[in-house]
Amino acid sequence: VWFQFHNLQDLRHSASLVTKVFIQRDYSEGTVCRFLTKFPSELDNRIERSLFEETVKTLNSYYIEAEKIGGQSYLEGCLACATAYIAFLCMETRYEQVLKKISGYIQEQNEKVYAPRGLLLTDPIERGMRVLEISVFEDQGSVSSSPSSSMSLAGGSA
Amino acid sequence: MHLGVSESMRECEYSQISTRSSTPMETPYKKKTPKKRKWQSFPGRNRFFCNGRIMMAKQTGVFYLTLVLILLTCGLFFTFDCPYLAQQLTPVIPVIGGVLFIFVLGTLLRTSFSDPGVLPRATPDEAADLERQIDVANGSTGYRPPPRTKEVVINGQTVKLKYCFTCKIFRPPRASHCSLCDNCVERFDHHCPWVGNCVGRRNYRFFYMFILSLSFLTIFIFAFVITHIILSSQEGGFLSALKDSPARLSCITVLEVVVCFFSVWSIVGLSGFHTYLISSNQTTNEDIKGSWSSKKGKDNYNPYSHGNVFANCCAALCGPLPPSLIDRRGFVQSDSPQLAPPTNGITMYGATQSQQSHMCDQDQCIQSTKFVLQAAATPLLQQQSSEPVILTASHENGGTLPGRASLVLGGPCTSLPLGQPTPPTSTSSLSCHEPADMLPIHGHGHGLQEPVAHHHYLTPDEVPSPPGMLPCGSPMGHGHTLQAGFYDPASQDSLHEDSVRGLVKLSSV
Repeated sequence: VWFQFHNLQDLRHSASLVTKVFIQRDYSEGTVCRFLTKFPSELDNRIERSLFEETVKTLNSYYIEAEKIGGQSYLEGCLACATAYIAFLCMETRYEQVLKKISGYIQEQNEKVYAPRGLLLTDPIERGMRVLEISVFEDQGSVSSSPSSSMSLAGGSA
Repeated sequence: MHLGVSESMRECEYSQISTRSSTPMETPYKKKTPKKRKWQSFPGRNRFFCNGRIMMAKQTGVFYLTLVLILLTCGLFFTFDCPYLAQQLTPVIPVIGGVLFIFVLGTLLRTSFSDPGVLPRATPDEAADLERQIDVANGSTGYRPPPRTKEVVINGQTVKLKYCFTCKIFRPPRASHCSLCDNCVERFDHHCPWVGNCVGRRNYRFFYMFILSLSFLTIFIFAFVITHIILSSQEGGFLSALKDSPARLSCITVLEVVVCFFSVWSIVGLSGFHTYLISSNQTTNEDIKGSWSSKKGKDNYNPYSHGNVFANCCAALCGPLPPSLIDRRGFVQSDSPQLAPPTNGITMYGATQSQQSHMCDQDQCIQSTKFVLQAAATPLLQQQSSEPVILTASHENGGTLPGRASLVLGGPCTSLPLGQPTPPTSTSSLSCHEPADMLPIHGHGHGLQEPVAHHHYLTPDEVPSPPGMLPCGSPMGHGHTLQAGFYDPASQDSLHEDSVRGLVKLSSV
């Protein structure tokens, strides 16, 4: 775990940022939070299509779960209304709980899938749920010439 | 480098440098500058209290009036009428009154203090990426591009997503830009001066519960004050009931009756209107523009409706409460990697330009964005130590300058709502809940005197002239232009020009 974390830190501070890819929102089903699963061309040789689609689909399913209008949300709504909405000050809403799960998932995906490929996902909540930002860092394979960065990565993966 | 820049710009730039760090000189051994919270550099025109926990619009005068009216009327009721009623009828009356009163206050404060669903502005990278995509689509450089829209098909209906030049994003469906608060708000309903905040996705249910409970409260107080008068006049004559009690008491009773009478008509009317909106899952904004009315076309229907009234109500009132997207109390991070233009000098100028541009001419805004784009088009490989310049300086700039500009702006734009200190008048409020005839009625001059109707006027920048000035101008023209629904980037220009003039005035002092 330490070496993976070290890898992420390295990416953020020492690797060079090439570009950022923005996955936009998919509004075809209304205002529900969904991201487009269309594979961006900039990631063509960086990551497998299936992995990327898997990530986006899982995120979409999390958001659907957060915004689901069903038993728990009714209960929350009625309880809060009965207490003149003071209850919302004390308790964590279902949406917030799911958001925590999402950020855990993104962290895990970054460590296991994206960082080894020189990519980094940014949680959409930090971008106002507008975009899923993927930072693309310099391709590690082409960095053999500069000893410092490859050293740090080698040290990380050792 | 900046010799050609006007005096006002240079002034702003100098102030920009001095506020960038806490000490005037960059001391190398001082590693930590005091951390700012994000609300302190929030680019919109909002006011924050309690270290970012409370968020309101800039003009809060009418909100205090609302509070005073409610507290005063209820206070008088509990002091002078309740003892008599509790004695003569039942002590349950003050209890119910108390419960209603607490509920009204709770929902009012919740509506006024919470984030209505403000969309944070695009980060520079996002904005640049969008610009690139739009340029590729248009194939144009240099001249002013046409209004930017994107079409989406939602549940079978084609909806146009408009590009917000201030926030540099394509607005999600149902979002709108509030000119008073200078923010894009999700599921924007209207800007309510009575609660001192916008009403949007996150606080619509509180707003609805507020007006609903306030209707019950005013009817309750009205009914029982009348009961009090009737009961005490039954013991003696009606006039003796008023005369026997001290003159002060009779004035109080009359005052309560008057306030309640006018409030009942307007508040109950407004509740009825919003009940209709909730059951059809529309926003005030959409209803005024007639976005989903069948008059526009045979196949025009509301794509967001869940089908039946019950489902719509449940969705609006018992749906999940989304969290705030703007993270007011978080700390400003200045070390995130950014795709920034290479040189320091150009960055500073670009930052100054792009910050003032959202208040300045539309052309400057586009020019500066293109400037940043061109600089960014060169291979960008390093992290910039200069980016704190972009982030903190621009945010501080954005924080201070609009505030100063709006000192001048705040006058004309919001003077009209503020100029109506009297309680809502009776008849014209009825126009609020007649959706079919919405536009023609709002076109009447009655709209001018009706503060409640201002809810509907204070809708976003699709209206060609700044909303605060709208009732002063041509109400009929307002009706017609709203129907057009055509987005004109020049709509923000007059507002921006006013703020530029204001800036120059202020900086020359």
